[in-house]
Amino acid sequence: MFPYEKYLRLDKFPHIWCTGCGCGIIMKAMLRAIEKSKIPKDSIALVSGIGCSSRTPGYVDFNTLHTTHGRAIAFATGLKLAKPKLKIIVVSGDGDAIAIGGNHFIHAARRNLDMTVIVYNNYIYGMTGGQASPATPIGKKGSTAPYGSIEPSFDISGLAIAAGATFVARSTCYHAVQLDKYIEKGLLKKGFSLIEVLAPCPTYYARLNRIGTSVDMLRWYKENSIPVEAAKKMSRKEKDGKIIIGVLHNIERVEFCEEYKKLVERVKRGQATF
Amino acid sequence: MQRINKKDIKLMTGNEACAEAAIVAGMRFFAGYPITPSSEIAEILSCRLPREGGVFIQMEDELGSMATIIGASLAGMKSMTATSGPGFSLMQENIGYASMTEIPCVIVDVQRGGPSTGLPTLPSQADVMQSRWGTHGDHPIIVVAPSTVRETFDWTIKAFNLAERFRVPVIVLLDEIIGHINEKIIFPKKEEIVIIERERTKENPKTYLPYQCVDTDIPLFADFGAGYRYNVTGLCHDETGFPTNDPEKIDALYRRLNRKIERYTDEIIEFKTVSLDDAEICIVAYGSSARSAYRAIRRAREMGIKAGIFQIFTIWPFPYEELTKISQHVKNFIVPEMNLGQIAHEVSCATGCDVIKVNRVDGGLITPDEIFERIKYVSV
Repeated sequence: MFPYEKYLRLDKFPHIWCTGCGCGIIMKAMLRAIEKSKIPKDSIALVSGIGCSSRTPGYVDFNTLHTTHGRAIAFATGLKLAKPKLKIIVVSGDGDAIAIGGNHFIHAARRNLDMTVIVYNNYIYGMTGGQASPATPIGKKGSTAPYGSIEPSFDISGLAIAAGATFVARSTCYHAVQLDKYIEKGLLKKGFSLIEVLAPCPTYYARLNRIGTSVDMLRWYKENSIPVEAAKKMSRKEKDGKIIIGVLHNIERVEFCEEYKKLVERVKRGQATF
Repeated sequence: MQRINKKDIKLMTGNEACAEAAIVAGMRFFAGYPITPSSEIAEILSCRLPREGGVFIQMEDELGSMATIIGASLAGMKSMTATSGPGFSLMQENIGYASMTEIPCVIVDVQRGGPSTGLPTLPSQADVMQSRWGTHGDHPIIVVAPSTVRETFDWTIKAFNLAERFRVPVIVLLDEIIGHINEKIIFPKKEEIVIIERERTKENPKTYLPYQCVDTDIPLFADFGAGYRYNVTGLCHDETGFPTNDPEKIDALYRRLNRKIERYTDEIIEFKTVSLDDAEICIVAYGSSARSAYRAIRRAREMGIKAGIFQIFTIWPFPYEELTKISQHVKNFIVPEMNLGQIAHEVSCATGCDVIKVNRVDGGLITPDEIFERIKYVSV
């Protein structure tokens, strides 16, 4: 049995998440990944915004910062630049990360600022009652999309890759074992890493779209996911509506804190002029 | 007479003095977004901070700038941002976050005409109320308003001291005139400058309570990453730093947050009075309008009119008691300001007198003549 109690603030339980919610599965995977990566608790800052996913920091024993809606990555930017030794993990939801917080998401990726962002993608705004988010698939319902969403959804991982992230992986709450590895890789990567995790929201998403229970959602993830290696050999039509999981992107690029350090050294040596 | 070293005399703008003072105060972290008429502060700091080993980052917007300086301050650095009206509006939610979580930081607002895009290159003093009540909820805040380049230097340092001392966001309200005016400044001697640092806890990390109600009402700070592993949230929280719905604890938090400023108003509030002792007319002025007010009372005195000035440096908390005292012997109050009377209302509350307003909202500065005309009108 994994020693979860080493990392949990047990006096803060029971948690506020609904029965069947995916948040706990992701939180546990994150803790297993942290244990494996051997990063000490004191050097981890876990930052979140607003939403169901963003309640994670309250339950875990790190330096934890629960901020304003959409701004977790910007707060984390300040922490990281002020104290580069901190290992920054941002937990965010689909609405928090790519709707209200979309600007910080793409710019942190562009800078390649060293942090690991875990996006719990449940296709919906859970905390406020099931409103449609930019991740809601076209045609699917939310409490503000009663006739089905007519907006195309964002590909969160694709957005991070396009913006400049150096490590991007996607998993689901069904593929919890693989998820540990992706988060661990993300933590060990020097640069901006994104782990997108599809998470069931039985209370709103599954109910409003008549999908059934959380188990039905997990089964749907299982049956519709394709490993990225297999997806490379498939046609566009074959991949339509499928979830491509695995390490989608892993490249090397200069990291922002390192680059800033070099700038300071250059200026101090008098080598930088303007 | 004390000799002044030539090196201590400079010609500089308010924006330059502000950036310079921030460095002197120990600020080593700036995050901002370009906006007229504040951009020079960011430009200067982008050059200065790397030399000091500090951090300069240009963020993607003002919401991010504000969030980033709070994050940096939580990690233990003195941090600031600079902006103007539209950007200041965007920062409001996170200014509330800094108030609620008691994370020190300094926000410089070089005011321009508003609302909306308004008058980007022209002065205004219309953010006075936004600086007090811009974010939602009852919250503590300190706002200072210098009127000269030298005062901008002094009050930027004081802004950091107040932020550190009381663990609140402090707003420095400049305006386009002070920001861009080139003026002679004689720097204070190093030994005259007082620098205050936030009080850090010496408590064992196991027993540390980040929001413990101490006698001072100002909890002791622990830098993130210094081994304390505590929780910070913008939700209503108890002394442990975790969210609470307990009415008693909620009430205690809101009252302490506001009491933290109210009980120290004597220490915070600063103002200057000139020729008020025998005055029959009192000009209450702040920021660049005070410059014209000084000229106007000099003229009035030359003509034998008994006029004096009450210049406010700390707009919030507002010096209600001090003005009430003055209203015991002065009955005529004139308030010149580049808005439609935001501080005039407060002066009226404090003095119980009908306040004579001198307002301009056309992008022009209030001239000494405009104030003098009102003084003459009142004196007859």
